[in-house]
Amino acid sequence: MNAPLPSPFKARDYRSDVAPVWCPGCGDFHVLMSITRALAALGRPPEEIAVISGIGCSSRIPAYTNCYGFHGVHGRSLALATGLKVARQDLTVLAISGDGDGYSIGGNHFLHACRRNVDMTYIVMDNRVYGMTKGQPSPTTEPDWDSALSPGGTGLGPFHPLVIALASGANFVAREFSGDLKGSTRTILEAIRHPGFSFVEILSPCVTYRPDEKDWKNTVHPAVVEETDDPARAARRIMTDDGMNTGILYRGRRAPYVAHVSDTRVDIAALERDFEI
Amino acid sequence: MTASGTVKKSVSIAIAGSGGAGAITAGAILLEAAGKSGWYGMMNRSVGPQIRGGEAAALLRLANHPVECMSEEYDLLIAIDWKNANRFAAEMPLKADGLIVSDPSAGEVPEAVGASGAAVAEIALKELAKAIPGGRENMIAAGLAAGFIGLSIDHLIEVMTTKLSPKGDAAVAAGRICLEAGMAQAARHPKGFEIGAADLKNQGRWLITGNEAVGLGAVRGGVRFAAAYPITPATEILEWLAPSLAKIGGALVQAEDELSSINMAIGASFGGRAAITATSGPGLSLMMESLGLAAASEVPVVVVDVMRCGPSTGIATKSEQSDLNIAVYGFHGDAPHVVVAPLTVADCLYTTQWAVHLAEAMQVPAIVLSDQSLGQARVLMKRPVNLSFLANRKTYDGKIDAAYNRYALTADGISPMAIPGTAGGQYTADGLTHCERGTPSTRRSDQREQMDKRHDKVANFDYGVHWGEITGTGETVILTWGSITGPAREAIRALKKDGIEVKLVAMRLISPFPKEALLASLEGARRILVVEQSHSGQFYRYLRSNCDLPGEIRRFHRPGPHLIGAAEIGNRIRDWQNP
Repeated sequence: MNAPLPSPFKARDYRSDVAPVWCPGCGDFHVLMSITRALAALGRPPEEIAVISGIGCSSRIPAYTNCYGFHGVHGRSLALATGLKVARQDLTVLAISGDGDGYSIGGNHFLHACRRNVDMTYIVMDNRVYGMTKGQPSPTTEPDWDSALSPGGTGLGPFHPLVIALASGANFVAREFSGDLKGSTRTILEAIRHPGFSFVEILSPCVTYRPDEKDWKNTVHPAVVEETDDPARAARRIMTDDGMNTGILYRGRRAPYVAHVSDTRVDIAALERDFEI
Repeated sequence: MTASGTVKKSVSIAIAGSGGAGAITAGAILLEAAGKSGWYGMMNRSVGPQIRGGEAAALLRLANHPVECMSEEYDLLIAIDWKNANRFAAEMPLKADGLIVSDPSAGEVPEAVGASGAAVAEIALKELAKAIPGGRENMIAAGLAAGFIGLSIDHLIEVMTTKLSPKGDAAVAAGRICLEAGMAQAARHPKGFEIGAADLKNQGRWLITGNEAVGLGAVRGGVRFAAAYPITPATEILEWLAPSLAKIGGALVQAEDELSSINMAIGASFGGRAAITATSGPGLSLMMESLGLAAASEVPVVVVDVMRCGPSTGIATKSEQSDLNIAVYGFHGDAPHVVVAPLTVADCLYTTQWAVHLAEAMQVPAIVLSDQSLGQARVLMKRPVNLSFLANRKTYDGKIDAAYNRYALTADGISPMAIPGTAGGQYTADGLTHCERGTPSTRRSDQREQMDKRHDKVANFDYGVHWGEITGTGETVILTWGSITGPAREAIRALKKDGIEVKLVAMRLISPFPKEALLASLEGARRILVVEQSHSGQFYRYLRSNCDLPGEIRRFHRPGPHLIGAAEIGNRIRDWQNP
């Protein structure tokens, strides 16, 4: 295999001059760095990249990049990204979300984006809390996490994003930790390069509402097993791990989605002839 | 004008049966054969919620002139069976001098139907069909109807052959014998109905539904992407677009819900492709938040709402004009956008193409308010002319040295839009209040300036003469919108015959409200009858909230499913003139 040419781009070429709204110490800063580093390594110019998001702390990211961006409504980043990628297959499309945006209000789109397998990358920064609305439990929050909205906890077991992604047909499933810049950068780059729908869950601590998550740097660990293309094996691993395993856990071989293309190419006048009697 | 300058004539026929009996196929064959014979016509279907076993009726009106609405009374009712007669009887009232064809084996003519006083012809459809190998009652019914109106057997067989050939030669052969048998039965009966001389000068006509015309208008305007979530009565738009877009190099994606379909369309449009989706009231409700995003982020998108009876699930298969309020007012915040409404089935093409042009030119969401009575009606129409409405978005070419501002304040409020791939044009489209560059902002000047810009681009746009259609003259005016235009036009023609001059003003542009043009059209009006198909009179209230109408005002409105007809509108005017 030939070594790829060095990229002419640096991470800073993908950063805008807009200052993030995130709290000091937020894991999302690291995710932004990992994404820009991965894009620089990818080597496509910023105008050929689109970063699409919904609503929440993590979803503020498009404006912090120097790519084309769309900061849409709550929960719908995957739908925006799907329409864009199907219409513009020449672009590299990243959809970016958080655990509330992506797994709660946008949950249905998550299932169907995995099924549809459009060639794009979905990065979810999971901090297990709604941060922008000041600390409510999200689908990945522990059942006993106390908050004003759900005193004493929701009593609900957390949602397992990687299991859901795998079961729904995602073609690439990985987990990373925001503090591991090197690992996150490598995995995001692999996710972008892998054909089809690539899902990367990044554990990204919320230091304001979940200070306990500062300890994640001590609890995450690289997956001890090699990646697999067997969904059954991947599912068993993901369902039995401690949720802190990082790395690429599944790399599938499904062909990406292509919109129905007709064998015959005609002009509009030909369509009109069908109405003539 | 008819071909020979003779009187305009039409015959209305209902073929009824239970779902699966083939009434709709029989009607479709009759309609197309009538077109080949030089007539015009319209067909609507009355179907129940069940796919099979419910009621299904083909409602036809055939004429020697183009028709824009169904008749309120029927000349001929052919019942393949009476299984669901009580459900559809009210929808197809018969003329007292009409004719009912009833199969004695299907039982007595139900009281609700017989009460019309129409004559009854007992014809054993089932027995006739049984005697023919592979014979079906619906083809006997088509032959009967053709016989009663003097339709050419050759055209009938030609159309039937095309329709049934996928089922094999045996089906075609049986169909032919059935059609001939039906015609022979009609010939034995003394009664017949006159459509009048065919229009043989204007050949090459089209057979098209309102929903297909919407699809064609969209692609003619430049749409190359559609996102789809099925819903009655809009699905046929999407089902026409799916293969059609594929053939012309576009794409359609079936979405998981309407929240997704509207966002897919917005995403594609952000990518530089003119995009559309189609839905009905329940779907439009789900799309409203994202339509606000399109308004704020200035991404053009077209949504066609084929209205049905609401609220909630309502009556999915029946028409109403009750989504005017949500289309105009359903956005949170102040979100300037466009709402237009096709006036007739043929106008579905014109109005949708215009909507694409408007959305693209102003970078706004445009909502097209069609309805079931237009969308699912099939008409024979003259070939439509080519229109100049095209998607012509003002884009940024990347060749300006200064920093690019996506939401730059311009004289007309329209800012050049950078399309992904254009170097130097990178920006983030945002639903957050933003500055000219697009960066999120909470400054009062940014909120004010961007709101002004978005308001001005829509308010100051030149909508030209397309805002509405004016027919006739006079101090008495019928003021309406959308699908009521057809029956209203027919009403003023009938009134004119009686020496009553009435002007019709039909609005195609609903929002922004075309105040100046509308008031100019109403100058000198002494009486205005506002007509619409909604329970609360949404259109009337909308008019009154936007301008002071001249003269004395009356209104005529009711909810679906009972369509407002020409005679009813005419009677309202007559009563007013002769109290």
